[in-house]
Amino acid sequence: MSDDLLVARDVEVAFGAGKSLFGAVKASVKVLQGVSIRIGRAETVGIVGESGSGKTTLGRALLRLVDVTSGEIHFDGQDITRLPETAMRPIRRRMQLIFQDPMASLNPRHTIRSIVLEPMIFHGVASNQADAEARARAIFDRFSLPAACLDRYPHELSGGQRQRVGIARVALLAPDFVLADEIVSGLDVSTQAQALNLLKELSRDLGLSMAFISHDLSVIRAVCDRVYVLRAGRIVEEGPCEEVFASPKDEYTRALLDAIPLPRIDPDWLARTTGAGSAGDMDGAK
Amino acid sequence: MSAPILAISNLSAMSDRDRTPILRDVSLEVERGETRGLVGESGAGKSTIAKAILGILPRTVRVTGGQVRFEGADLLAMPAGPLRRLIGERIALIPQDPMTALNPGRRIEAQLTDGPRLWRGLDARAARTLSLKLLDEVHIRDPERVLRSFPHELSGGMRQRVLIAAAFALEPRLIVADEPTTALDVTVQKQILRLIRNMQSAHGTAVIFVTHNLGVVAQICDNVTLLFGGRVIEAGRTADLLEAPGHPYTRALLEACPRYDRPNAGLRPIPESVIANLRAELARARAPR
Amino acid sequence: MKAASPHGIGETLRACARDPKVIAGGGFVLFLLILALAAPWIAPKDPLEQDLILGATPPLGFAGAQPGNWLGTDDLGRDVLSRAIYGSRIALTVAFVASSLAATLGATLGLLAGWYRGWVDVVISRLVEIWMAFPPVLLSILLVAVVGAGVGSVIGAIVIIDWTRFCRVVRAETMGQARSDYVTAARAIGFPQMRILIREIFPNVLPVLIALISLEMGIAVIVEAILSFVGLSVSSDVPTWGGMIAQGRQILHQGWWVLSTPLLALFLTVLAFNLLGEGLRRALDPVMRR
Repeated sequence: MSDDLLVARDVEVAFGAGKSLFGAVKASVKVLQGVSIRIGRAETVGIVGESGSGKTTLGRALLRLVDVTSGEIHFDGQDITRLPETAMRPIRRRMQLIFQDPMASLNPRHTIRSIVLEPMIFHGVASNQADAEARARAIFDRFSLPAACLDRYPHELSGGQRQRVGIARVALLAPDFVLADEIVSGLDVSTQAQALNLLKELSRDLGLSMAFISHDLSVIRAVCDRVYVLRAGRIVEEGPCEEVFASPKDEYTRALLDAIPLPRIDPDWLARTTGAGSAGDMDGAK
Repeated sequence: MSAPILAISNLSAMSDRDRTPILRDVSLEVERGETRGLVGESGAGKSTIAKAILGILPRTVRVTGGQVRFEGADLLAMPAGPLRRLIGERIALIPQDPMTALNPGRRIEAQLTDGPRLWRGLDARAARTLSLKLLDEVHIRDPERVLRSFPHELSGGMRQRVLIAAAFALEPRLIVADEPTTALDVTVQKQILRLIRNMQSAHGTAVIFVTHNLGVVAQICDNVTLLFGGRVIEAGRTADLLEAPGHPYTRALLEACPRYDRPNAGLRPIPESVIANLRAELARARAPR
Repeated sequence: MKAASPHGIGETLRACARDPKVIAGGGFVLFLLILALAAPWIAPKDPLEQDLILGATPPLGFAGAQPGNWLGTDDLGRDVLSRAIYGSRIALTVAFVASSLAATLGATLGLLAGWYRGWVDVVISRLVEIWMAFPPVLLSILLVAVVGAGVGSVIGAIVIIDWTRFCRVVRAETMGQARSDYVTAARAIGFPQMRILIREIFPNVLPVLIALISLEMGIAVIVEAILSFVGLSVSSDVPTWGGMIAQGRQILHQGWWVLSTPLLALFLTVLAFNLLGEGLRRALDPVMRR
């Protein structure tokens, strides 16, 4: 489908495979199996799963930050599955990543200026230092970040400011695709709403395609057009948000939805079970 | 109506380091067998209140006024020895992170039996019987194996069950549950919430449930106290707060929650005006030092 | 804005300057450095000048002391204080040069092994393991005995033995850094590997490296002292602390001061380097470590 920006076909990611020094074959762990995903232009797609579902690995695989053991990934019509790093470089500008913990994703020994300007200069988005600085200030202004932040170090900023710097760094490269990896988990409801709004605005203005990874279906409902439900490395359900939320076909999706407590009085909620819960919790196994 | 099991009146505290107020004139009551939610965003003061109840306030926090009465006795005025005994026997904690709340170097049996052996003087055999019974109550199959295990051999949900069992071991009158499901997957969360509710009705324990998740509060708390900036903004029956919130902050908070049954929920941050008004309220209500 | 923890260069230097261990250790090292550099002007007498008539005279304050020989003389009449001051030159030269070279070699290999992994890591790690199996002091004695005496050989011996220490630590640090989100962010931006290694990872490895270099300097001083004790270091007319100890050992009962002075000097120097290293490690380590 030529309308799709990013397509993954039958992707499999396995870790730990290979031979040890003396020839013994080591068993591999399949983190993703037979995963096929498509993300259209200017579309926001949700990837939801609990811990161990493989959603973070899927995100990394889409960005070629993790090697794919089999399957294909196509970006804007081009097969990037095994593209060498030098050829990937210009493509990387067009596919970016926003992290969950901005404290961990900003190098503590770099100033904000350096963190935000260097990528622009590296990719030629800005023609020189002055141009880069001007662009940075413009976007900081738009994100309500004081220009003084540029001279500071990450630990001197508040959590919310760091989050916005992480988004600004990415936005300044004017990518076509952004992967948001659990970026609102652990945030207060209000800060979460601000971040989601910012992201939605940005995606509209830049015509971004987005993959939004989260374990929280309520958040996915707020920002995504379509959703993929991941369980133990496989996709168990997919579709437009209204459909999936209104009438989930898969048992696991139903269990996920049912498990979410909504802020409304629902006397049967606690007692209600739909069957397929998180595997292995009741019987004492890991 | 019998006296409340916990009565916090006009509790105020401030940080010793920078003299900022942490709690402003907080009052709340918990009846026997009640589940009360303590809700607020980060920095609202809910963990400070929880720590005050448990007697583990950090040294940098100074109480500047008010009382924390548990079964009539003011915990803040008690000497250390009797306080430790009172809290050890009658108040328990379900901690937030099951991954780090258990000692990785000790088997589960040792950790489960700590409380009973210390405060009830049980010997090893009696303590073991008690732990098996507790593990059974929290629906752990194969409790023998779990007792022998080390924490890292169990899943997060299992560990939380063990912690819940430990909390109920001494039949406490009050349990402080400090965001006990935040670190868990949502399907596991539901099972744990159900477990806490069931155990609580079975043992007649009162629970103070600290959380920032209004959905959780809606489903398991009878009453709720909402905090902001160390001050009680609104308190009352959960149903009342959700269906007819009195304070603009409460209303704004509810509207900011994402909900899978409402496509546009979760995109309305709390308006600056509401926050500004709140801060003005707080400044006006500042107690004289 | 939170209280500053050392991350920026200015803050870092300030944090170092405030740490008591850094002040104590660094202060002494600085003092020693001045002594060593200004030895010809500071030392009261010529360290090589013998006066057999004087023989072994004790330090000032003891019976039989000679004015002008504050710490006494050895059995050849040479001034102990001056010899100790000159001895610091050898000690510090070996300390600074040997540690820097060992650090450079070890850190480079450690960075490469920790970042590229794969066969590069396998080769370097096996090399380190095999190398570390040799008893260090014995090996350095052997090397110097074969290659011949002199400051260069001593430095060479220390570098050849101790680079492995740096390699292992830097490799571990690098591997830890490589897993961090900001390195993933740099990869996602598309920066080439070398740039990530130098610009993202190395600045975070540097603090540990600096602390280790300081500790290594203490070790180097001891190794040099051992080598000069057995006479395998510089030629015997150049004063070294180890040489003085060897000498002093022989006339211990007649002239204990010939032994005690270099021993004290060695002790204080190594202590200073250790304190400096510990203080730097604390001051340079980011407070927020995952």
